[in-house]
This record gives sequence, C-alpha cells and structure tokens, in this order.
Amino acid sequence: MNQAVLFAVITLGVIGIASAAILFIVAQKFKVIEDPRIDEVADALPGANCGGCGYAGCRNFAEKIVSAGSLENLNCPVGGSNVMKQVAAIMGLVAEEKDPMVAVLRCNGSFAHAPKKVVYDGALNCQFANALYTGESGCPNGCLGLGDCVDSCAFDAMYIDEATGLPVIIEDKCTSCGACVKACPRHIIELRKKGPKSKRIFVCCVNTEKGAVARKNCEVACIGCGKCVKVCNFEAITMENNLAYINFEKCTLCRKCVEECPTNAIHELNFKPRAPKHPADKQEEVVA
Amino acid sequence: MLKTFKKGGVHPHENKLSADKQVQMLPPPLKVYIPLGQSLGAPARPLVDKGAEVKTGQLIAKGESFISANVHSSVSGKVVKIDDITDTSGYRRKAVFIETAGDDWIDTIDRSQTIVRECKLSQQEIIRKINEMGIVGLGGATFPSHVKLSVPEGKKAQTLIINGVECEPYLTADHRLMLERGEEILVGITILMKALGVNKAVIGIENNKPDAIAHMQKLAADFKGIDIVALKVKYPQGAEKQLIKAVTGREVPSQKLPIEVGCVVNNVGTAFAVYEAVQKNKPLFERVVTVTGKNVASPSNFLVRIGTPVADLIEKAGGVPENTGKIISGGPMMGKALNSTEIPVVKGTSGILLFPESDSKRVKVQPCIRCAKCVSACPMGLEPYLLEREVNAALWDEAETDRVMDCMECGSCQFTCPSGRPLLDYLRLGKNKVGQIIRSRTK
Repeated sequence: MNQAVLFAVITLGVIGIASAAILFIVAQKFKVIEDPRIDEVADALPGANCGGCGYAGCRNFAEKIVSAGSLENLNCPVGGSNVMKQVAAIMGLVAEEKDPMVAVLRCNGSFAHAPKKVVYDGALNCQFANALYTGESGCPNGCLGLGDCVDSCAFDAMYIDEATGLPVIIEDKCTSCGACVKACPRHIIELRKKGPKSKRIFVCCVNTEKGAVARKNCEVACIGCGKCVKVCNFEAITMENNLAYINFEKCTLCRKCVEECPTNAIHELNFKPRAPKHPADKQEEVVA
Repeated sequence: MLKTFKKGGVHPHENKLSADKQVQMLPPPLKVYIPLGQSLGAPARPLVDKGAEVKTGQLIAKGESFISANVHSSVSGKVVKIDDITDTSGYRRKAVFIETAGDDWIDTIDRSQTIVRECKLSQQEIIRKINEMGIVGLGGATFPSHVKLSVPEGKKAQTLIINGVECEPYLTADHRLMLERGEEILVGITILMKALGVNKAVIGIENNKPDAIAHMQKLAADFKGIDIVALKVKYPQGAEKQLIKAVTGREVPSQKLPIEVGCVVNNVGTAFAVYEAVQKNKPLFERVVTVTGKNVASPSNFLVRIGTPVADLIEKAGGVPENTGKIISGGPMMGKALNSTEIPVVKGTSGILLFPESDSKRVKVQPCIRCAKCVSACPMGLEPYLLEREVNAALWDEAETDRVMDCMECGSCQFTCPSGRPLLDYLRLGKNKVGQIIRSRTK
C-alpha cells in the first residue's frame, strides 16, 4: 500500500519538475518584451475604437504612437487636446495644439427647399440609392436622407430630422471621428474647424451643376454666381465647378459673404443674431 | 418535351397586351435629344457643332475606343445645342439637341422595300460596316455588336444563337418584328453567320408566340443552317447564359463569356439592324418600342426614331392614364423607373411601361423566414438571402467568394420573396462594391 502511494508521488513529482523545466525554457526563449508605455497610452485613449485616427482601434493607435516615438500626424480626434496632452506626457513629448473639428452637413435640401419629384421605394440605403438614381428631389449631389451617416455614427451624435428629411449633427456629441464623412456616398459631410465659440461659416451646398439647373431642383443651392468670392477680403472663398468653397483656415468669420449670397446657401452658425433680414432662414440655420 | 434552362427561373404574368398590334411607323418628332453614350463602354465624341445642319442618318458622334459605338442623327434639321440631359437615373449626360425640319435622308441609304438576300462583303468588311453603322445589341444591354463579332484569338465560334425569346412580360417589340420582318431578320442572321465564320444558327423562341414560331419556321426553310427552337416559357430565358443552356445544353463558366462554349448570342432586333446596315446602308437610328400597360388606352408597338422624347410615345398610345404610379423604361422585371417623361428613347429602349398605382408599390418588407425560395428561383445558382446579409454587413470578400458577380440582376429572387425583401437592391450594391474591389486589384 505504502509503496503504491510512494510510487505515485514520485512519478507525479518527476512529471511536474520536467514540465516546469520545459515551461521555463519556452518562456525564456519566446519572451515578448512589450513596451509598458503601450498599455499606458492605450489606457489614456478614449477606448471608443472608432477608427477616427486612421488605425484599427485604440490599442493599434497606441502601438503606432510608441513605435513612431513622435506625435507627428498622429491625433485622436475624439479625445482632442486633453487626451493628446496626457499621451504626450507618457511619451515625454509635447503635444501640438490642434483645433477641435466638427462634422458639418453641407446640404440644405430639405422637403421645403428641394421638393420631392418622385417617390423612392427601394432599399433604405444611401449607397444603393446613389448608384441607382439622383434622389427624390432630382439633385444629383444632394442628401438622399436615407441615413447611412446616422448608422455609421458610433457616438449617437446624428439623427434624421423627420420634418426636413436631413440628418442633424449634435455638436456636443460629435467627436469628429470622420465615420460619417466616409459613409456618405455623396461626400456631403465635411470635417471643419469648430471655430471660436463654435462659430462657423460654410457653404451649405455641394451641387456642381450650372446655376439655373441647380436652382430648378433646390431653392437654396449654390448657383456659382461668384458674389461671395468677390466680397471676401481674405481670399478664403474659391469657386470650382459652379460651387463655392470656404477655406476654414483662411476664413475670419466676417460674415460678409453670408449677406451677399443670393440663395442663402452660405450658413453662419452660433453667431449673435443680427437684425433679422430673413427671419425664416434663421430658423433653418438653427436646425442645420 | 420543349427545351428550357434547368436552374431556377420564375413565371410572372405575361400580359402581352400589344402582341397583335402591328408596328406603327411614327413620323419624325419635332425635336430629338440624342445622347452621346448609348452603348456600353465609352461615350462617343460629337462631330457636329451648334447650328450645324444635319441629315437623317448622318454620323454625328464617333465612338473612339474599341468598346463604344457611333451615333447617327435620327432626323434632319438643325443642331440646337450640345448639352446635358437627364437619363433614366436622373443623372446628367451629354446629348445632341436637334430641331427637326422635313425628313431628308442621306443619299447612301437604300430606302426601297425590296429584300436584298445576297451579301458580297467579306467577313472583315461586314464587321467594319456594323461598327460604322453604330449597331449595338438591341436586347437591352446595348453591347457594341462589332466587339461581339470580333472573336478573340484562340477561340472559335461554332453556333450563332438568335434571341427571339422576349421573356420580359408586356414587351412585344421582338415578337412583332419577327412576324413582320421575318425574312429581313433571316438575311441578317446569314450576314452574322458569315461575320463569325459559322454555318449553324439557332433562333430560340418561347412557346407563348406560336405564330412567330410557325412564321419563322416557314421562312427558315429557305435558308441553309438556320433552325428554329421552341422553348418552354420561363423567365429569364432571354438572358444570354440561360438561352445557351436551353438551346445547346452547354453551361457558360462563371465570369466567362459565351464564346468560351463556342456560342455568340444576338437579339432578333440586332439581326434586323444588321440587315439594314449591311444591305441597305442604314445606320441604327430607329427601333421598335412597345408602349403598354394595363390602363393604357391603346397599347402599341411603334417604330421610333432614336432621341424621341418618351412623352411623345405615351401621347401616341393614348396618354398617361389616371392613377399611373410608375413609368418604366424596359420590361417590368429589369426595367428602370423614369423620373421624367422628357427623357429620350435610346438604342436600348425596348419598351415603355405605364404601371397603375396599385401595381407600382412594393410590399412591406418583413424578416427573412429562410424559406429559400430565392435560392431555388435564382437562375445562376446563387443564394440571394445570404448575399443580402453579407452586403448588409459589408463582408465584401465573402460576397465575392459566394459569387455575387455572377448575378445578372434578373430580379427573380425579389419577385419570389414572400417577405418582400429588396434582395436585388442589395445584390446590385454588392456587385458595385465587389466590382470596384476587383478592378482596383488589377491596377
């Protein structure tokens, strides 16, 4: 009896020691030395895994920062300056101050401005509708209102307004990750500088047709008249393919172009109200 | 036992309302809009300027790349402008606007009715002529015919198959053409046979056109090597690969062309256009269009000049009936809904369909119940329910391995789905995306 117990103990003991030895050797041989800073940086990042930085997720981004050793061209739009400062502190670097950005919808073709001409009955998906036809209003560049951008938003910062048929970006929730910009098949949404006190001026139209044709489908379309280009003292506005574009780096928010635009295609946001000239348009801007 | 293809297929109501209506020749319209891109491939380059006087049949735009086709004026008159016009999708494309004055044809066209049977041209000359006259496949895909007839090196054509199936419900343009211009079609087929260097041609006609089958059989007795095959009625038998399977029993491999199994398929309309081009020197500037619908006052078949606004045709057929919900260019299965009636008839327009409100609404979309009806209906042997899910989840690699690119958009899956799911919409989106990925790979 004793002998049986002894035999078992010895056998198991030998197997145990042998296994331990193998495990020890393997552990030494295949040791992965990971920079501890990767974990620290990953912890500092928001953890949303939205892909706004251009990498597969927060951990992937952290690995990239540590391996690059600098913060050049690396930015977490969701965390903004605060997070980047923390990351810079871990890395022993100085974070470059970046202007906060926000997604901006550059179409105002609501049901009222761009009335429906046909009824669309197909799959509720912008990508598909875009490949099939111009949209219910007939504008080949305008918003289709089927919500691919809303589906792509991981931060609940968008919804479709039932009254206008256009998506709305909730500024406070928008992290400028850029998912909606990629999701929109018509490239209507753009990331623009948030601006001081969220003041922004932009051309709320992406239609490149000739003025008369664009106007037929939508009363607030940019008709490419060029008045805004002339009135701008800072060379911030350019005209290409019958469409004005305001460069937000050069724009000084003087608001001259807003007054000049004959179709109200240029929008100002979050400015103190002036003596209202077009009370109806003001309401639209709040929605947009 | 009648022949048909094996896999899948559906049986929509035929509704061939205009089958007994003789083709009416319409006078040239007051104005035409002739789009520059009417065929598959690159759009043609315009040769005329604003203000130019053109004659009927004059070349007004030249197709410059290999896959591209010439465009000819369909009326005589003055070019008003070359500007954008909305096409069936609403997007804008370049077109030549011509205001009609009289009907003055260019001198080279032989306008007599006598049928010229003999063709003295050589193989290369025929293909060149077809290219010159801007002939494209008139079945709907508008693939330039000279490309189809230029058999790639190392391949050999054995059989010419002529598509007289017209499996789309409502449409009767090909049916009428066979009854009224049967002999011309047969001469056209002999020309196509010569161009391909084959000595066997088969015309496939569905059994719902017994008069056309009898008529063509009688006429074909005079021609060597042309057979008529009656086919069982099943949609989409007019699709190239399905027709080859039905007529010869051969299966075209996935992603390959019919020439792989020694076949070339052409439509009866194309055969007629080839006859006119080669024997009569007449470019392709008019075609037969069916205007029909359940509530249309007089469903008709018209011989129309290319570029005629659709609104003109509808007016000739009795105007837009009350409660019309949808106007479709093409057949009900594969046609496209129009967003305006000011768009012109192009080389690929086979019919104009006016659907009543009640028929034009889609049914409510409900969850997939995994009944697999779409799988048994798919003539290409795909699994549409699975592809829909893959496209929805953006799994493009999986969609590619599940052969989304083999889908020919016949719509049988969506037609048969008891839950009313927009399967075809998703398949189209998947084809679009996967196609982009495949093209970017070869770059």
